[in-house]
Amino acid sequence: MRTPFEDLLRDLAPQVLGALVRRYGGFDTCEDAVQEALLAAALQWPSEGVPDNPRAWLITVASRRRTELWRSDSARRKREETVAALAPPEPDPTPAVDDTLTLLLLCCHPSLTRVSQVALTLRAVGGLATAEIARALLVPESTVGQRISRAKQRVKADGAEFRLPPPEEFPDRVAAVLQVLYLIFNEGYTASSGTSLNRVDLTSEAIRLTRQLHERLPADGEVTGLLALMLLTDARRPARTLADGSLVPLAEQDRGTWDAAAIAEGVELVTDALATTAIGPYQLQAAIAAVHDEAARAEDTDWTQILGLYELLNATAPGPMVTLNRIVAHAMVHGPLPALAHLAAAEADPALAGHHRVHAVRAHLLDLAGDHEAAREHYLTAARTTLSLPERRYLEAKARG
Amino acid sequence: MKYLILIQSNPKSLAVWETLSDEQRYAFGKGHLELSAELAESGELIVSEGLVDPALGKMVSVRDGKVLTSDGPFAEVKEHLAGFYLVDVDSYERAVEIAAKAPDAAYGAVEVRPVLDMTAWDL
Repeated sequence: MRTPFEDLLRDLAPQVLGALVRRYGGFDTCEDAVQEALLAAALQWPSEGVPDNPRAWLITVASRRRTELWRSDSARRKREETVAALAPPEPDPTPAVDDTLTLLLLCCHPSLTRVSQVALTLRAVGGLATAEIARALLVPESTVGQRISRAKQRVKADGAEFRLPPPEEFPDRVAAVLQVLYLIFNEGYTASSGTSLNRVDLTSEAIRLTRQLHERLPADGEVTGLLALMLLTDARRPARTLADGSLVPLAEQDRGTWDAAAIAEGVELVTDALATTAIGPYQLQAAIAAVHDEAARAEDTDWTQILGLYELLNATAPGPMVTLNRIVAHAMVHGPLPALAHLAAAEADPALAGHHRVHAVRAHLLDLAGDHEAAREHYLTAARTTLSLPERRYLEAKARG
Repeated sequence: MKYLILIQSNPKSLAVWETLSDEQRYAFGKGHLELSAELAESGELIVSEGLVDPALGKMVSVRDGKVLTSDGPFAEVKEHLAGFYLVDVDSYERAVEIAAKAPDAAYGAVEVRPVLDMTAWDL
């Protein structure tokens, strides 16, 4: 269970790190110092109480720690630097305008690998400890530690600076942040509930970080779209798995358990973004999720609208999964037979040839067409070739009829 | 995504091993150590180990609630697992690239298997 202290610490983490990097430079050392200050706070505050100004407390402790780290580091370098260089520069006179945004952009710097971007974002912006990130991602702590230290070396070597990128780079850099946040969300969302014990909830973490980004860039339609998509998807979580961890497909979920507040917020966000900003793939995916969420029963789903949205998505951001979902929507509007023909054509795409989802979709369409025997064969093929255990169980159950 | 890279030993790979000079054998072992170090450094390694001779293995079974053990796989087993790398990487291509760096790949073949994960997309 998350304590109020943790929420406070996580909110303050990027602000404190931003203040330190602004004042002293040296992202890598500052980041280590902030981690240690967060740890000290997590140990002290519950017994001694939260200080009057927690942000200032953390900045003071982290600054002190940073000086110690910096000194021992300098000593190792045999004091090559001059004494003058040891004096920290004067504090930045400008107020910390947008440290969280700057940090997010730095952590998702294009010179870093995707897995490093994820680890660094969770630690530097999310304020999570290495061990927590490791548990959440189901990899050893040493692996995460290495990803983070490598990422920080990379940032340093690249001379990436702690400031907002120039306007011409800005859209691409924000797009990279959105990809990382969506990856973190999916990492949490797609994990089965059975293994979630003791894991930091990456889904909530991704929503929290995306919300922070949205507060800073309220006019960016894709940021709004991603936040809406996460809320509208996460709203179904209570209905998505049974107690034994098995998956419940959308059509069979108990819609009464969906989170109505999250749906209302998501719908409002995506409606507003679609009306006021340039259209983009996250908004379209959010709009599709909204149509599903607004149907009181599965049979009330407005498939014509969903098909139209997939056509748009296919035109703006085509991909193998968009192709397959569009075919499923097509079948719901025009029947399974034309959709089977589309599926046969889609299989020419090497990204889809032999993919287990193609077998699963074909099985579903054959079922709709009444050819249950052939459907069974394809469900079994799909079950054999999926990489996901819950999916395999679901597909095997479908094959049994 | 996690992948298991399996290094099998079989009569063919053993025959190749017999033909290697001491220097080549040293380079072989060093190649594995270097690959492990490289993967640890890149943050892609979960674990890598080499296994001892299968003659030292035990077979374990439970019958009527009783644990029975017997010595190692039977002699007619021609192929056995000699070592493995468990990696967490960005893509299948990357896992294949790593497998190709295992010294064994230069003499025989190395197997790459995706790990079954607990995640699933919406259906």
